[in-house]
Amino acid sequence: MKTYAYYPGCSLETMARSYHCSAVETARVLGLELQEIQDWNCCGATAYFHIDELLAYTLCARTLAIAERTGLDLVAPCAGCFKNLHSAADALRKDPDLAEHINEALAEDDLHLSGTTRVRHLIEVFVEDVGLEAIRARVTRSLRGLRVAPYYGCQVVRPQKTGEAAERVTFFEDLISALGATAVPYPARLRCCGGSLIATQREAALALVHDLLKSAVEQKAQVVATLCPLCQTNLEAYQGLVRRAYPDLPAVPVLYFTQVMGLALGISPRRLGIGRELVSAAQVVQFCRRGTAADSEHAPGEAARAGQAGEEGSRPLAAGRMR
Amino acid sequence: MAGPVSFTAEIRHALYALTPNPVEACIQCGTCSASCPLADFMDHSPRQLIAMIRAGQRRAVLASNTFWICASCYQCTVRCPAEIDVARMMYALKRYAIWRNQCEREAVTRDFSRRFMRMVVRTGRSWEPALAPAYLGRRGLRGVLDEARVAAGLLWHGRLPLWPRRIRRRQALRRVLRHIVPVGGRS
Ligand code: SF4
Ligand code: SF4
Repeated sequence: MKTYAYYPGCSLETMARSYHCSAVETARVLGLELQEIQDWNCCGATAYFHIDELLAYTLCARTLAIAERTGLDLVAPCAGCFKNLHSAADALRKDPDLAEHINEALAEDDLHLSGTTRVRHLIEVFVEDVGLEAIRARVTRSLRGLRVAPYYGCQVVRPQKTGEAAERVTFFEDLISALGATAVPYPARLRCCGGSLIATQREAALALVHDLLKSAVEQKAQVVATLCPLCQTNLEAYQGLVRRAYPDLPAVPVLYFTQVMGLALGISPRRLGIGRELVSAAQVVQFCRRGTAADSEHAPGEAARAGQAGEEGSRPLAAGRMR
Repeated sequence: MAGPVSFTAEIRHALYALTPNPVEACIQCGTCSASCPLADFMDHSPRQLIAMIRAGQRRAVLASNTFWICASCYQCTVRCPAEIDVARMMYALKRYAIWRNQCEREAVTRDFSRRFMRMVVRTGRSWEPALAPAYLGRRGLRGVLDEARVAAGLLWHGRLPLWPRRIRRRQALRRVLRHIVPVGGRS
């Protein structure tokens, strides 16, 4: 059993409990152990990276230093935490003076960072370490025919990848296909959900969420799968407000990718935290009840690349608007 | 060199950690603006903002909502052909505006961040309800009702924490952070 230093992050303790449950359950079925990092602290979220980078790096460094003692890869299910810890680890590796400065401070807590920990997002661990074939082999309830919109959001792909690589990712689609479901071509898959703007710039955030949901509806997706508690909250908990502003928009269930995986792996919806949604996902669960082990012999790779060719979904580059 | 530092030079310094430095390297191609999902909500597009900095328009730059609206999605950063980290430039401009004490219009974002940080320094973890006062009042009664509706939904589904979580070594964390920011008043 492979073990990881697990960093749940603050939202998985609260608003995103179901992400936590489903992450731990799916990982276990796939033979991974998520060992929670002792006394981890908040990663600084978006709020502080904007205003005081040094302080944000220090917050991340403390958790990284604790994780380092285990010698394990750090895995974060929250896209925001992943990006913060990843970029802090990166910045501290590249800037020895900064690292030294922060290490002096960490000494106050008897900690030291040498920069050996690899920071990874949970989906990366599933796709790379477990592998799609192994996941496919564990599917007990085929999701054949379930139309899933793979929503990557911003922080998992950018800014770790640049240029073409940032736009051509397909790992999420590949994972959904491995589960036997259909990844719909989702032009908005890499667009921003408004993130923390939901608190401070409400109208702008709701407009972005609307675009994302509309794009999923246009592709006849039955559920949007997310990799991030912030995206899930924006797309799901605030969906009521979005639909009031845009009454034409039908209700769209939004689940964590681990919940969709868990269903395919035969884990009970309750253990996956399904039922805590403000927009009911009952239809998705019903759909899965119909699936049995017998029909899990789906065509491999089917629709895997369906989303890949789609344009990113933001304004066309050559729009000629020299703004 | 005598004389006051020009606004453009000041910003160039504020962005010193960014290589390449946008003030020098931007080719004004507009890729960032075309890629930005929030451009429609901004007073000036990212490209325009850089042009304004170059033109030394201190007042207009500081009054712009552009860097406050930025959601930190990095779309501009990954696409810029001059490899400018536009998203981080937006962070730097926020810091500059706070330093200059020129953010009355978007003070809510600044207050939100301050509240957030105070909470993290105190408990080591974040706890949403502590943030509410920073933005609740701003959208009037309707805003409060909207928020209450969402909160009630979350509460009903067991997704709203009623009390803050804390880390065990809070004191040590506070000492670490004091070391970094030697102002003492953070907590
Ligand atoms: S994409 Fe880069 S080079 Fe082009 S206008 Fe924006 S910052 Fe300047
Ligand atoms: S990081 Fe900010 S400026 Fe850049 S594309 Fe995203 S919202 Fe626009």
